[in-house]
Amino acid sequence: MKHEIVIAGFGGQGVLSMGMTLAYAGMLENKEVSWMPSYGPEMRGGTANCTVIISDQPVSSPILNSFDIAVVLNQPSFDKFQPMVKPHGYLLYEQDQIFNADCRQDIHAIGISATKEAHALNNKRAMNMIMLGALLGTNAIVDIPSVINALKKVLPERHHHLLPLNKQALKKGQGIIHQVAEV
Amino acid sequence: MEGVQCDYLSELDVVWDRSETLTEKPFHYCPGCGHSVMNRLLMEVVQELGIQDKTIGVAPVGCAVFMYHYMDIDMQEAAHGRASAVATGIKRILPDRFVFSYQGDGDLAAIGTAETIHTVNRGENIIMLFINNGIYGMTGGQMAPTTLKGSITSTTSSGREYDRHGYPLDITPLISQLPGASYVTRQSVDTAKAVRKTKKALTKAFQFHMNGGEGVCFLEIVSNCPSGWKMTPIESNEWLQDHVFNHYPLGDIKPFPK
Amino acid sequence: MPEKQLMKGNEALAEAAIRAGLKGYFGYPITPQSELLEYLSRHLIDRGGEFIQAESEVAAINMVYGAAGCGKRVMTSTSSPGYSLMQEAISYIACGELPCLLVNVVRGGPGLGTIQPSQGDYFQAVKGGGHGDYRLIVLAPNSVQEMADFVFKGFDLADQYRNPVLILADGALGQMMEPVTFPDYNPEDNLVDHSDWATQGKPASRGPNVITTLHLEADKMEAVNLKLQEKYRTIMANEVMIESIQTEDADLVLVAYGLTSRIAHKAVELARNDGLKVGLLRPKTLFPFPSQHLAVLADQVTSMMVVEMSAGQMVEDVRLAVNGKVPVYFQGRMGGVIPQPDELLKRIHQVYSSSSTQVNS
Ligand SMILES: Cc1ncc(C[n+]2csc(CCOP(=O)(O)OP(=O)(O)O)c2C)c(N)n1
Ligand code: SF4
Repeated sequence: MKHEIVIAGFGGQGVLSMGMTLAYAGMLENKEVSWMPSYGPEMRGGTANCTVIISDQPVSSPILNSFDIAVVLNQPSFDKFQPMVKPHGYLLYEQDQIFNADCRQDIHAIGISATKEAHALNNKRAMNMIMLGALLGTNAIVDIPSVINALKKVLPERHHHLLPLNKQALKKGQGIIHQVAEV
Repeated sequence: MEGVQCDYLSELDVVWDRSETLTEKPFHYCPGCGHSVMNRLLMEVVQELGIQDKTIGVAPVGCAVFMYHYMDIDMQEAAHGRASAVATGIKRILPDRFVFSYQGDGDLAAIGTAETIHTVNRGENIIMLFINNGIYGMTGGQMAPTTLKGSITSTTSSGREYDRHGYPLDITPLISQLPGASYVTRQSVDTAKAVRKTKKALTKAFQFHMNGGEGVCFLEIVSNCPSGWKMTPIESNEWLQDHVFNHYPLGDIKPFPK
Repeated sequence: MPEKQLMKGNEALAEAAIRAGLKGYFGYPITPQSELLEYLSRHLIDRGGEFIQAESEVAAINMVYGAAGCGKRVMTSTSSPGYSLMQEAISYIACGELPCLLVNVVRGGPGLGTIQPSQGDYFQAVKGGGHGDYRLIVLAPNSVQEMADFVFKGFDLADQYRNPVLILADGALGQMMEPVTFPDYNPEDNLVDHSDWATQGKPASRGPNVITTLHLEADKMEAVNLKLQEKYRTIMANEVMIESIQTEDADLVLVAYGLTSRIAHKAVELARNDGLKVGLLRPKTLFPFPSQHLAVLADQVTSMMVVEMSAGQMVEDVRLAVNGKVPVYFQGRMGGVIPQPDELLKRIHQVYSSSSTQVNS
């Protein structure tokens, strides 16, 4: 199995670390992974994105122009990556950030109110983990315990008390997709 | 000394001999050039302090480019202007060695100005020797950053003018303001007395590092270039005394820290 | 088994350098290689080396010259504009035969350019770059793992041949993260004794060691050159490294190094899905260049296509190697744009059909 994923949004929304956590979790499951960030001034205030590949086979190109799943957290990213989602692929977007969600019919475009759900969890920074959970809801790319183990490595020790909250957020996101799938 | 026949000296009274730290290769410098004196002084000091096996020198691009032919120590030849960066590299890798750089005014105060200031500013534990003869000797007598007003060089044929060529760069007092400089002095080698003073300064500089002192010891030698100045050696020394030392006054600018 | 870590290419390279016994690093900030400098500023001093953030790339490379002249493992890293500034001293280092490691994490040029990845410094890297007849050994990693592996290889080659080794990477390889494991490598087992030529202080038992590149008599300077050329021939005979992917039955072989070889690999996969017999030859060493391998392949394939993030600088070397036996096409992007797998695939279809019609007609 190979999963080709892009995560995009404003710099500061945490898209790079979201991708890094995912790649780390893949590595902990002994998969082949790569994480390729956009970098440079475009990240300041502009859009940041990263390509994450998780695969059973060695990864050839870390640079892609079509994706199985795109996770987008702002309108420019929605507009940029919508055309690059493979037919039958997923476009997951943060509902409150996207004003124009007109979309191709041959992909699954799913809006997720991650910001609202994060507020419900009393931590707006949980937005990321809800989106990541949603991503894992589309496809069992990695297990949630692996993500938690990855967070242990990625997060500084002083933030480890937030791990239970992150787990809750991941499950929340995953649940949202599973519900959509059942409908 | 063999074969010396003299009424008042016996064969055993050696009054001067080449230091063992100098090779037998004759200097290529023009007659009367201050470089010859400075090359010899350096090696005398290294010999007297017994640090030949621990001293590593860096030669510049300029008239002293071949000084490694004369000095019987390990040496590196640096690109133009970069001697102090090269010396930094050596000293950081071999901190228990005594490292000196040796540069002319074009090398140290024009193309290498950035390296000069930053080496001093980092307070590298090296000796920097600066031979200021107010001209580009090696390339045939062009204007140097230190050339004085009115001096005729091959690129200032009617003399250096401030409005056209800028002012003589008096870099040593600038250097002395940097905290990384532990000892800054300006000396000369135009008289026997001056040579003795310079040797003393040089000895103290090496001793400073031998005793664990930290920071750059910066020694400017206000020197001559008889060929470039188109003077005899004696005329060039008189020129120094009459016209140059008032612009570049001799003496310690920053004494050793207490 | 050694532990896998997820690291950026720049950081993996820096960590590998420490493990390879790095004794001195001298560098200056420039994107996209600054993580390398930052990593070493944090870790090198505690692990037995000296670190200086120099006042310029010029100073940094001259510090490398001085330090390498002491016979210890030292390095610098930079990106394109900074690498241009270093050229004078690199020429000195090559002529003085001082072993050291150089890293250029290439960005798009010319001029101040962009900080996005590029391969536009190929000529500068493999043909010399500075003044005079000299060569560097040029290694071209294409993964984070190789960003680490080539450091060990690079230091070993530098010591063995007394030659500067350049790792030619690019912004994307520097910034991307992949799992990396560090080999069991004990520098003590791999160090070469350089005390016969290095300036370490002259004991009474030997004459002075002098590092100089100045030989005013032309015949002496020619002798220095002849000795260097002899060394380069030995390197060419012994040190070529390649990776070849599905070339055995290929009609069309792509030639690409570094990041673009990864994209070309993807394009090969896509083309094979479409039933085209396409392969990839990847030079891991750019100097020495795998001319022999290409010459042999030229007898088998109907065409070749070079893929680069440049105007086609490597095409010249491929054409020289192939010597007119088959057409050599080119597909590339410049200025920091990365060629995409689908654009390569399209071009592969074009080239494939035109060269098979050529053969058929
Ligand atoms: C030869 C070269 N080396 C390095 C760089 C990278 N570079 C661009 S700006 C800069 C430093 C800027 O610092 P500063 O002067 O303090 O300006 P600031 O951006 O902080 O306002 C560097 C190292 C470059 N462009 N060219
Ligand atoms: S040209 Fe001037 S500085 Fe050079 S050796 Fe002759 S006198 Fe000395």
